[in-house]
Amino acid sequence: MASLVSQGERVPKTLKLFIGGEFPRTESGRSFPVYDQDSKKVFAQLCQASRKDFRNAIAASLKACEQWQQRTAYNRAQILYRMAEMTEGHREDMVSVLKSTSGVNAQTAENSIDQVVDAFVYYAGFCDKYSQLSGCVNPVNGPHHAFTTPEPVGCVDCLFDDDMGAAAALPLVASTLASIITSGSVVTALLPTAAAAQIASLGEIFATSDLPKGVVNLLTGNRSELIDHMASHMEVQSVCYVGSDRAVKEKLKTLGAENMKRVVWRELHANAADTNENLRLENILSFVEYKTVWHPVGN
Amino acid sequence: MTTKRAQKKSSPAVTSITQKTRLSGAEAPRFEYAPSVQSSDFVQIEKRNGLFIGGKFVEPKSGRYFATINPATGEKLAEISEASADDVDLAVKTARKAYVNVWSKISAKERGRYLFRIARLIQERSRELAVLETIDNGKPIRESRDVDVPLVAAHFFYHAGWADKLHYAFPGQTIAPLGVVGQVIPWNFPLLMAAWKIAPALACGNTVVLKPAETTSLSVLRLAQIFQEAGLPDGVVNLVTGAGATGSALVGHSDINKVAFTGSTEVGKIIARAVAGTNKRLTLELGGKSAHIIFEDAALDQALEGVINGIYFNQGHVCCAGSRLLLEESIAKDFIDKLKRRLTKLRVGNPLDKNTDIGAINSEGELKKIKKLIQLGCDEGGELYEPKTCKIPEKGYFQRPCFFSNVSSSFTLSRVEIFGPVLTISTFRTPQEAVLKANDTPYGLAAGVWSEKGAKIHKVAGALKAGVVWANTYNKFDPSAPFGGYNESGWGREGGRHGLMAYLDVK
Repeated sequence: MASLVSQGERVPKTLKLFIGGEFPRTESGRSFPVYDQDSKKVFAQLCQASRKDFRNAIAASLKACEQWQQRTAYNRAQILYRMAEMTEGHREDMVSVLKSTSGVNAQTAENSIDQVVDAFVYYAGFCDKYSQLSGCVNPVNGPHHAFTTPEPVGCVDCLFDDDMGAAAALPLVASTLASIITSGSVVTALLPTAAAAQIASLGEIFATSDLPKGVVNLLTGNRSELIDHMASHMEVQSVCYVGSDRAVKEKLKTLGAENMKRVVWRELHANAADTNENLRLENILSFVEYKTVWHPVGN
Repeated sequence: MTTKRAQKKSSPAVTSITQKTRLSGAEAPRFEYAPSVQSSDFVQIEKRNGLFIGGKFVEPKSGRYFATINPATGEKLAEISEASADDVDLAVKTARKAYVNVWSKISAKERGRYLFRIARLIQERSRELAVLETIDNGKPIRESRDVDVPLVAAHFFYHAGWADKLHYAFPGQTIAPLGVVGQVIPWNFPLLMAAWKIAPALACGNTVVLKPAETTSLSVLRLAQIFQEAGLPDGVVNLVTGAGATGSALVGHSDINKVAFTGSTEVGKIIARAVAGTNKRLTLELGGKSAHIIFEDAALDQALEGVINGIYFNQGHVCCAGSRLLLEESIAKDFIDKLKRRLTKLRVGNPLDKNTDIGAINSEGELKKIKKLIQLGCDEGGELYEPKTCKIPEKGYFQRPCFFSNVSSSFTLSRVEIFGPVLTISTFRTPQEAVLKANDTPYGLAAGVWSEKGAKIHKVAGALKAGVVWANTYNKFDPSAPFGGYNESGWGREGGRHGLMAYLDVK
């Protein structure tokens, strides 16, 4: 009997969660299979994250929040650009996962990774620009210097529709996460099934880009099981929903009202792959709060 | 030289008076202020007030009226219509018709012209509006005259100018009005809140149905007269008066495109849930429990005035009131002593008297709520200071200014919005601790910080989780300065370029 090694089989990667810069298994010990496209061959077993995993992720992101916010815009920009560089390093892996799990051809898969790189580069360039575009000095009627600047909203969680194509899902995830962290917010995302198998590559990109631990946390699992917790966690300031299900939006808004969460709905239309929608200033500004500071002018 | 000698000569006498004052306040010479009451007889109040729908004052279909009272005397001022769901429906339909047929058809320039004209008329009738506001709300005439009404005019004037320049506000994007907006405002700044809501809505091309608070409809209805005088097309602004049921009929109406609400966080959450399943846009200005931080290196006398203004302005009925005073430990004792002295000088009484610092609490219900919270503060172990020398009128709803010291974050008083002249005081040792305590609240509307060190001010202002930070000042407002809260203090901003987003569809 030939051994695995003699057959030249690679060691398969175990796909785990990405929380606080580490790769833990779900505490629940549960998993769900992802198959090779159109076959019954299991590509990998993914973690089915529990409520506890989600809460751990939020705890990790809260720890990272202040640190990330206090980095200079220039430094955040460098780190986002580093994410693009690291994506290039994982390109082969990501293309191969895309091809196996979704059946897209090499060209489409490469294109999808290009868009991920584009998104990281695009938002890297925005880190030190969005505040000039959205802040201002207010010409108030009196001897005061009053200025308004955007600040990161804080702790964000993020969920997606599951039924989008894998080639479109990956850039959508990357651009959404990048737009949230650009201003200094932190994010915990439940990946859509279509992109779930990329969790290892994405996690490794974030883990090796000098991004402080916990700024991005990634989960895989069952949305219907986690949505209530994601909508009602009291230390989450904003929940982002990328999808087209109005019932999901309503649920997030209803449950989120308990702590007045900002519900950001990026409604997906037929052209979900439209990169113009992925790369916009408004995607950053959906996750900021405006602060107005007054100071007297005089002797 | 003569003066100097004279001073020297008189100094023993001065000393003895000072000593006497310290020994016994009763023997010290007291100089009472002679009343200086603003006349109010020139302000006519209709005995019975209709709804303002389609440019006319109309009887409510409900046929029901309720009384509005003068909180300084407890006497009834007039009857106000109670708008039923049918009345609200008529108002919304009228606003829709005005939007489709008139307001969306006229040029942006023309929209602006109406708003400019309204601003001018407000200035012309400013004293009448101020008196009416003071009578119906209970706030001191000095505030309604010098703060509220000038800001009301400024809000219309500022937004008038935006009407034909909106495309500059959002370059590279397409903008459109939302349609009909439903607005619900509170009783603490009736006219000013109406201006904050109506002016940007109209400038951006929307039509309005607004509900004032049930205890303060009169000044807002007077604004409707000004709209008539300005020739504002019928139905562009409609006013439905009433209480909570009227408000929920408006918020729940299927033909409004946007809801704007200013009021308590509790009601804000109800509204947020009510519109969750709809396409209605929503902005909310909700409650606050704003921290006011005084560092030892602050200009302490100025800071003291800032604290007084922060919590006792408008009887403390201010969503952004600096209700949690955080004092650096090294100056806490002295500062509290100064504060006690200052409190004895505040004059509580007739809101129409120009000497009055603190007017009437807006309603009996609010006064009861405040008193209950003060009692709770005592029960939880807070040290209450209330100037005993402070006289309050026998009639009407009044509350002496007061504060609680030695209050920790776990006290109910530190967490809930009191909305009255009640301050809580705690101390800190480091800037980090000050920021931590300031941010330890579900709210995030405003904060104050006092220090003469520029670097420290900027650092602390940056770390405070609040939509407005007043550094070395407090309670400043301007139509060009965005106002609004973080977290449970609401969604969106009012004022400035950012405030326009609340009334436009920007794509």
